[in-house]
Amino acid sequence: MQTLKVISLPIILGMTLLINACQSVTTKDDSLYHELGGKEGISRFVDVFIYEIGETEQVLHYFEDTNIQRFREKQIEHVCLLSGGPCDYTGDEMIPVHEGMNITESDFNAIANAMIRALDKVNISLSARNQLLAIVASMRHEVLYK
Amino acid sequence: MIKSNLRITVFLTLALFLSGHLVAGGKLIGTSGVTQMEGSGGGGMVPWATLSGYDTRDEQSATSFFSYVQVDDFSMKAYGAAFSFYDRLELSLAHQVFNAQDSQLQLSQNIVGAKVKLIGDLIYNSFPQLSLGAQYKSAQHHDVLETLGAGNNKGLDIYLAATKAWLDGPFHRNLVVNLTLRLTKANQLGLQGFGGDKSNNYRAEFETSLGLFLNRHWVVGAEYRQKPNNLSSLKEDDWYNIFLVYIPTKDIAITSAFVELGRLAGLSRQTGGYISIQTSF
Repeated sequence: MQTLKVISLPIILGMTLLINACQSVTTKDDSLYHELGGKEGISRFVDVFIYEIGETEQVLHYFEDTNIQRFREKQIEHVCLLSGGPCDYTGDEMIPVHEGMNITESDFNAIANAMIRALDKVNISLSARNQLLAIVASMRHEVLYK
Repeated sequence: MIKSNLRITVFLTLALFLSGHLVAGGKLIGTSGVTQMEGSGGGGMVPWATLSGYDTRDEQSATSFFSYVQVDDFSMKAYGAAFSFYDRLELSLAHQVFNAQDSQLQLSQNIVGAKVKLIGDLIYNSFPQLSLGAQYKSAQHHDVLETLGAGNNKGLDIYLAATKAWLDGPFHRNLVVNLTLRLTKANQLGLQGFGGDKSNNYRAEFETSLGLFLNRHWVVGAEYRQKPNNLSSLKEDDWYNIFLVYIPTKDIAITSAFVELGRLAGLSRQTGGYISIQTSF
């Protein structure tokens, strides 16, 4: 009964190969933009995202002086651009806009959770969700403890 | 035995007391891993670089676990608790009891663990999270260990673990990979003592785990753990498992696995099931 050995070794090797394969993935193409439902889908997602942030008491104080209409507009542009869509982002740069906020790791994750709930509610596929979260995660160092 | 149980009771009471004072951890669900069978944060068999709780650098957390292994000719249960502080330091305590069905042989040990996160981040760095850990093990049933030819009743394992998760891995799923290098003399985790007639020196053993998140709540994967072979009277083989973890909320994680434990305590190849429940505070 050496089955487990026989099964688990190829799994480990196979996944190791897959890791290497997915490191070369670039976001130049617009497939994620389309998976998110284009401009319309992204707008729908951002609306729910803002609602979900509103439900997250832990982070509400960061948004006390935020112009929600502008925030919505810039979020849509940003997600559109990041997902490879045909948009320009005209909002603030990440580092200066978060300066002085001292956003904690826990706060960042609370926003990430709001984002996940929103993606869930507008029925974005798990694949598109993970791609978007990976992009957002890559910007985390521009946001945290500034 | 009574002393050790008392110690664990005190520890668990302390855990429950402290848990009332802890903030729910701010990490994302699934990112704390589970508790491995020696009480450290990790997979099922392998300690990872992740710490046991959901605490971020501003928080503390506590977890407890109970695991049960049932293979052809024996069973083992393990339970314990762990604290982690500011996503930096983990302290753990565990107790393991091994029971052979036919011979009624019983072996047990206590394990005190500590782990320090050195550098990196599981998710947010291109570099993996690196942690250095130690497990101090104290086996009971000294007369049995002497008969087996074990060199010592107590032993210290030291391990270096590297763990990395990719949010957008294969099939656009989250993937976690762990590599651990362990310096050890432990025979069958230490339940059969430390060192023996074949070798009484530290050996470096390689351990690895791979897990793929099917979604936020279900993880499938496999683990491999290389083992020493210090006793000529009792052969010891490397261990394997294939696991499925269900994480309904950040409060609880349920791990089930098929395990292959090879030859053990003079018994022929042992395969069977593993179940583990971890609760977080």
